[in-house]
Amino acid sequence: MLPEFFFGYFACAILGLAMLTVTRKNLVHSVLWMLLLFLHIACLYLFLNAEFLAVIQVIVYAGAILVLFLFLVMLLNLREEHEARRFVKAWQGRLAVCILLLTVIVISVYKAAVQPTGGYSITFINEMGHTKVLGTVLFNQYVLPFLMTALVLFVPMVAAIVLAMKERKR
Amino acid sequence: MIPLSWYLMLGAGLFVIGMFTFLVRRNIIMMLISLELMLNAVNIMLIATSHYMQDMRGQILAFFVMAGAAAGVAIGLAILIAAFRNRESANMDEFDLLKG
Repeated sequence: MLPEFFFGYFACAILGLAMLTVTRKNLVHSVLWMLLLFLHIACLYLFLNAEFLAVIQVIVYAGAILVLFLFLVMLLNLREEHEARRFVKAWQGRLAVCILLLTVIVISVYKAAVQPTGGYSITFINEMGHTKVLGTVLFNQYVLPFLMTALVLFVPMVAAIVLAMKERKR
Repeated sequence: MIPLSWYLMLGAGLFVIGMFTFLVRRNIIMMLISLELMLNAVNIMLIATSHYMQDMRGQILAFFVMAGAAAGVAIGLAILIAAFRNRESANMDEFDLLKG
């Protein structure tokens, strides 16, 4: 009973905060609602025995990406955007497409049958510690993708500097 | 024990909210925010499925999705700064230079 209650609270809060995030006029308010949304999602990860990913969610999303958004909203002075029309005119068709997609996902979720493979059971993860288990898998089986991540993070850094730098006057 | 389908429904709802926002909002920052919502929805589904399958691969993939999201938003915001310098606007309708 208690897990269902908590899950219900977090599910309602996540969907409600997402709605709040995407409908605000002021972008600063929107970004701050998104902070609360990310913290709730991190709590949901704790339900799923993924402590390391919950911490990473707070550090990366709430710590880095959100600050980047907030910095940009304050850097670009978008005050005149508040009065402008915020939505496109022809939204009915897009809403229909989204509802269709939701229907397809819901149907496929009901059809899906997930069988536990038993490789990493909850007791095993609790014994070893989630970070240790994840690190063992990451650095043994997935070490090449992990090294590729360094490149994936390096290239946007260079690209961001090049794009955001002002052109020198010749 | 909460059934897996509840988590997947939650992820689907969050994904659809993000997708609808991406399609109808005209502000580029808002579109990037909705992109983040969609990535988070996929992460919830991945981690939940990984937990119920008792397999670590979903969580590894969610880890890489987070790295990709950070890289993507950095480059998106850099492009926005460069575009804002030319057009003085973050409105998607203003960027129609390549329109025939």
